[in-house]
Amino acid sequence: MGEIFKQYVIDHFNFWIAVILMMIGLYAMITKNNLIKKLIGMSIFQTAIILFYVSAGVKDGATIPILEHHAVEVEQVEMLAAAAGHSPSEHAASGHESHAINPDDYSNPLPHVLMLTAIVVGVATLGVALAVSQVIYKNYGTLEESEILAKIKAAENDG
Amino acid sequence: MIWQFDIILLIFLVVTAVISLRVKDLLAASMVFGTYSFLICLLWAGMGAVDVAFTEATVGAGISAVILIATVYNTRRDSSD
Repeated sequence: MGEIFKQYVIDHFNFWIAVILMMIGLYAMITKNNLIKKLIGMSIFQTAIILFYVSAGVKDGATIPILEHHAVEVEQVEMLAAAAGHSPSEHAASGHESHAINPDDYSNPLPHVLMLTAIVVGVATLGVALAVSQVIYKNYGTLEESEILAKIKAAENDG
Repeated sequence: MIWQFDIILLIFLVVTAVISLRVKDLLAASMVFGTYSFLICLLWAGMGAVDVAFTEATVGAGISAVILIATVYNTRRDSSD
């Protein structure tokens, strides 16, 4: 039981929280009456998705995806060794300054780069939505969804 | 990432998300949302996504909180829910 709990909950806690935050954000977007609260819910939903993707790029024991100064890829080490006319193991033993990259030492940078765009798009969305809600406030004098709908209905009945 | 640190940050993340949606004062909600953004920034720095972390720190915790506060300043502070 403890082993199952550790395997499914502790080791994948990021994914559990991502789903919980996503549902909190969705609930806020659907049920909140205030437009600002809806937008905060939308931002929480967006960060939950980003959390899901970044968690997918994490590896155990890996560091940030920045290469060390003299690092080269494994194929290049072998190629250099072949060009120099001796085997890769001899090349490594010769104390040359370049050494091979092991991809397991670095977390996967692809989700990070994709989510960088998602953050910027999220803030742009939030900015436009807040500008629109200021215009709505100027026209209707309220940010509550039910009052705005009532005023729209009243205006339609008058017209 | 250190798993105890990860779990503490994630729990605080859910707590701040719920507080920012439940509090009736919109200015307080914006500030707590800024805290939420900063916590998720710490989480990303811990997970090795440093580029995402500093983008979130400037754009999420900085600009989002500021434009939310500016909107609350231009409209009204109280909320029905």
